[in-house]
Amino acid sequence: MIEEQTIIPILPETLVAETRKMRDQGYRLVQICVTRLGEELELDYSFDLNRRFVNFRFRQPKIGARVPSITSVYWCAFTYENEFSDLFGVQVDGNALDFKGTFYMTAMKHPFIHDAAPIPTAAQPLPGGQ
Amino acid sequence: MGTRTLIPFGPQHPVLPEPIHIDLVVEDEKVVEAIPSIGFIHRGLEKLVEKKDFIEYVYVAERICGICSFIHGQTYCQGIETIMKIPVPPRAHYLRTIWGELSRIHSHLLWAGLMADAFGFEALFMHSWRIRERVLDLIEATTGGRVIFGSCKVGGARRDITPEQMHWLLGELAEVEKEMRLIVDIFMNDHSVKHRLCGVGVISKDDAVALGAVGPTLRGSGVADDMRLLKYAAFGDLDFQPITRSDGDSYSRCAVRCAELFQSVDLIRQAAAKMPAGEIAVKVTGTPDGEFFSRVEQPRGEVVYYIKGNGSKNLVRFRARTPTFANVPPLVKMLAGCELADVPVLVLTIDPCISCTER
Amino acid sequence: MAFFQMKKMILGWTFRTPVTTRYPFAPRKICPGSRGRLDITIANCIFCSVCAKRCPTDALVVDKANKKWHIDRLRCISCGYCVELCPKKCLALAGDHGIPTVTKDMETF
Repeated sequence: MIEEQTIIPILPETLVAETRKMRDQGYRLVQICVTRLGEELELDYSFDLNRRFVNFRFRQPKIGARVPSITSVYWCAFTYENEFSDLFGVQVDGNALDFKGTFYMTAMKHPFIHDAAPIPTAAQPLPGGQ
Repeated sequence: MGTRTLIPFGPQHPVLPEPIHIDLVVEDEKVVEAIPSIGFIHRGLEKLVEKKDFIEYVYVAERICGICSFIHGQTYCQGIETIMKIPVPPRAHYLRTIWGELSRIHSHLLWAGLMADAFGFEALFMHSWRIRERVLDLIEATTGGRVIFGSCKVGGARRDITPEQMHWLLGELAEVEKEMRLIVDIFMNDHSVKHRLCGVGVISKDDAVALGAVGPTLRGSGVADDMRLLKYAAFGDLDFQPITRSDGDSYSRCAVRCAELFQSVDLIRQAAAKMPAGEIAVKVTGTPDGEFFSRVEQPRGEVVYYIKGNGSKNLVRFRARTPTFANVPPLVKMLAGCELADVPVLVLTIDPCISCTER
Repeated sequence: MAFFQMKKMILGWTFRTPVTTRYPFAPRKICPGSRGRLDITIANCIFCSVCAKRCPTDALVVDKANKKWHIDRLRCISCGYCVELCPKKCLALAGDHGIPTVTKDMETF
């Protein structure tokens, strides 16, 4: 069976207000996800109430993205907000528990906004191949 | 009021061989605040979809976690199948259900052992893992791998369970069930075990929802939320009701997992009785173009995969929100106000799997 | 309130033999159908390189010119994808996992 998934486009300015409405109805925060689409980032905030799945979506520029924190509504969002600010370099305003870029120990800053580096292959020089 | 001391817990700690670090602010013996840190071994597997094609990536998805490996593969395959509208044969659905429940039994038994170890009950730990070994043997005989099943692929299953194997599996499972009753009896009724678990780390129903808890952590607080109610795979045909306990303490979470052991045995029996004959896989042509949030219930709770494809053989974005990641905030809430000696037990009651979290 | 609920189980196991085996001296029973070491029947191989191209961990290197097939055993994850893809069906997974090794070598066939 395929579940129904509602995707609602919203504006970043109304994010906190819309989220508060969901909280008042008793929704649970499922996840926050950032997708890189060319020069833009797409942010998804997903909620669930009795397996009814609702998703808020808006876009931000890849460089200099800035979103308000929803930790005042869902305190548990701090993990997701630290995650995407570390991996995508999105600036989060007002995070209740801000790790300031140390949540993930990555070798490079904001790795997920760049193209993936080539995978190091097995390819030791071929024995006897030359 | 005593002076405040900061005690680091982890990333290397005897009770948990996985790297999670918690800064515990303690006053005398009471924890007043806990600040979690993860991210010591972040592997960037989400990024690897840009290099591996969507069929190959099943092998990577399965290896996100060593314990719920099969369900990771299943979630990924279900996501791709939904986007590409692949008609998966019903027999493959039943096979996935059976393997998924077997992996739940082995994961919960693993947790039972670790939990017993955390409160210092070594004999119970040994016996839990002795029983788990038999479940691993069942898994190896039917899929070929002990923890990495490798039996799920986009479009169906890679192996079939023959009727003889199924007969043997059900026979073994009946014996495993008998043995599990003995250890569950100890977890539920022993005085010393109850003394460590009852009334410790209480999370109320409202808190559990507000903090985004999933799986047994949520159900232990009285919320009947289980992704198996979405009727994915063969769950639509099976008789299934989520198990809940209402106290919200460590004992409730333990009780939920113990009851789920027997529920999984029952689900395997139902699935084996109803399993239709026929094909186990369909040929996959084309590439995924679209997006889907795939949600499946793992032993530790709900896992969410966001899969987005643009018609090329590499996905644009693959995102895995694993259950432990969602259970970190409830853990922090539980730790505030507990005794220092209860910290290891509380960390274990959410069944943490940090390698999942650091995908 | 039950004290020492464990006693039944402990007494029961006092007179039984251990379930563990003395591993290096008593080898593990191999389960039929288990995914273990990758084997090749090199006589049937046509060096088409499908296995090397599709290997999820890039553990295989096929040298078409010299008719050689190389495998890095430590990279191979015994997933069996190459076994499914091989057009000549010359690859197979053995039930055992091979012996431990201390060096990272490519094995050549």
